Amino acid sequence: MANVSAPAVKKRTLGQWLRGYTGQKYMTTILFLAIPVALLVLFTVIPAINMFIFSFQQRDQLGVNVQWVGFDNYKTLFTDMSYLQTLLNSIYYFVGSFIQLGLALFIAVILCSKIKLAGVFKGFIFFPYLMNGVAVALIFQRFFRGDDGGTLNTIISLFGADPVKWLSNTSINNWCLVFASVWRYIGFDILMFIGAIQSISPDIYEAADLDGANAWQRFWHIIFPSIRTIIALQLILAIKGAASVFEIPYIITGGKMGTSTFVIKTIETGFQYQKIGLASAMAIVLLGIIIVITIIQKIFFKEEK
Amino acid sequence: MTDNKTAEKTFDMSKYKFRETPKAVRVLFQVLKYVVLVFACLLVVIPLVVVLLGSLKTHEDFLSSGAFDLPAAIELENFKTAFIQGDVMRGLLNTAIILAFSCFGTIVTGTMTAFVVQRFNMVFTRLVKTIFLIAALLPNISMQVTVFQVVHMLGLYDTLAAPIILYIGTDIVSIYIFIQFLNNISVSLDESAILDGCSYPRVYWSIILPMLRPAIATVLVIKFVSIYNDFYTANLYMPSDGLEVVSTALYKFIGPYGSKWEIIFAGVIICIIPTLIIFLSMQKFIYSNLVSGSVKE
Repeated sequence: MANVSAPAVKKRTLGQWLRGYTGQKYMTTILFLAIPVALLVLFTVIPAINMFIFSFQQRDQLGVNVQWVGFDNYKTLFTDMSYLQTLLNSIYYFVGSFIQLGLALFIAVILCSKIKLAGVFKGFIFFPYLMNGVAVALIFQRFFRGDDGGTLNTIISLFGADPVKWLSNTSINNWCLVFASVWRYIGFDILMFIGAIQSISPDIYEAADLDGANAWQRFWHIIFPSIRTIIALQLILAIKGAASVFEIPYIITGGKMGTSTFVIKTIETGFQYQKIGLASAMAIVLLGIIIVITIIQKIFFKEEK
Repeated sequence: MTDNKTAEKTFDMSKYKFRETPKAVRVLFQVLKYVVLVFACLLVVIPLVVVLLGSLKTHEDFLSSGAFDLPAAIELENFKTAFIQGDVMRGLLNTAIILAFSCFGTIVTGTMTAFVVQRFNMVFTRLVKTIFLIAALLPNISMQVTVFQVVHMLGLYDTLAAPIILYIGTDIVSIYIFIQFLNNISVSLDESAILDGCSYPRVYWSIILPMLRPAIATVLVIKFVSIYNDFYTANLYMPSDGLEVVSTALYKFIGPYGSKWEIIFAGVIICIIPTLIIFLSMQKFIYSNLVSGSVKE
């Protein structure tokens, strides 16, 4: 591109410069980036900077009576159990997504083998991923209903069991929400794994076949190593996802009865209790967690390549 | 895009025989596979069947019958109530408006940003690219604590413009996808067009944009899934009656229809139907675009 404008390096008027390719480049950049950059600054840069500043303040939504409180907000987060508990609740979702990845891999391997109607099975299992989150939440509110009208209680009553209060029993309610979450998202993992398995060259299978490999050896020595990268990536995304769970518990239980998550708590603190400073500090903590995970991801995938 | 290449050579396990496993074990394995798949499908279907059955029952029938009992008579009144009184109709309409504007906006701004950032290597474009990269890390929902004040200040609060502008302005994934795709489009195409006297905007319009079509398809699929299913943006920024989207219209059912689950179920079914139709009519398209969209992360 430089060659094109090279002959006209000599003195030029502004108009000529603008018509030349260097000038055009600047004009195009300004023209094309004006709106996206304005949006970026308004809705990402300013809020991010504010978030950082507010996290050291005590303030409400309107910004009157602002007080600088130093690290007090952060101290509150790490000493008050009600905040820590919500952070600990993400462990349920992390364990859940671990199980989800295992199951997804299992089902993906089955779907890639000699199976009739594989497309139909895949379609059924994948569909929940596309479903509206509120619809999913309402379906599971009914599914886990505590009286004998609940779907799950109807099923277990067929086996003679008494109805269980799934959502108000604090020792099981988080697992129920994790189940709903796995139900919704597993299809996506399966889709990813099927894509990865199908991109393995058939030659490798042929070679393994000549060597007389059985199904397990086939999985362990061919499929697993080939898709290890994508498993690791999904795992990292799962950690980020587990730290940012919001919709399913927010709608099914409203975050009550010990099912609140860090993000639900952030939104409550910010909008219900109008403690913008504290909520900002929570957002910064979550950002910190995500940055740490991302750095681990970068280091890990550099080695892979 | 490696998809096309690998599609031809898709692995077909049926061609290979498991030499060392006896037939009985093989049959058993095969049966077990189907058992697992059928069980998984049942797990998906059972909660949905209950919703479908319930939505067809009258209130009395719903209360007196079990979750798996067939309705005494098919009752379509629930759907009417959910659709009109329950504002699902308005929700679908508002969602369609938001989808149309934000998809259009994202494609225009996203492709333009990607073009400039990927093709022009200048200090400013590198800076913008870096900010986008960092912005991708910010926790979406938690950020609303401070985004809210900006939206409020701009006077966008409680208008359809709030979600539209947020979906356009904070969609970094789409820009990513476009940039990744542009990495694979040779610059020599641009250069030959420039030698023919094309200006940069012209290069964007006549060469880059048509070439980006597959990436635009990917972005559209991801946009549709995320916007149609998004709940918190509308919940936070459009609390007024009349501004419901599908998600918030359904969410509002919990109050007034809290004891009328047959109507809630009808609402759930109505809101799933568009997704189901789209899914069934372009299943392969959705699969391949979601896969190619996520590999780019």
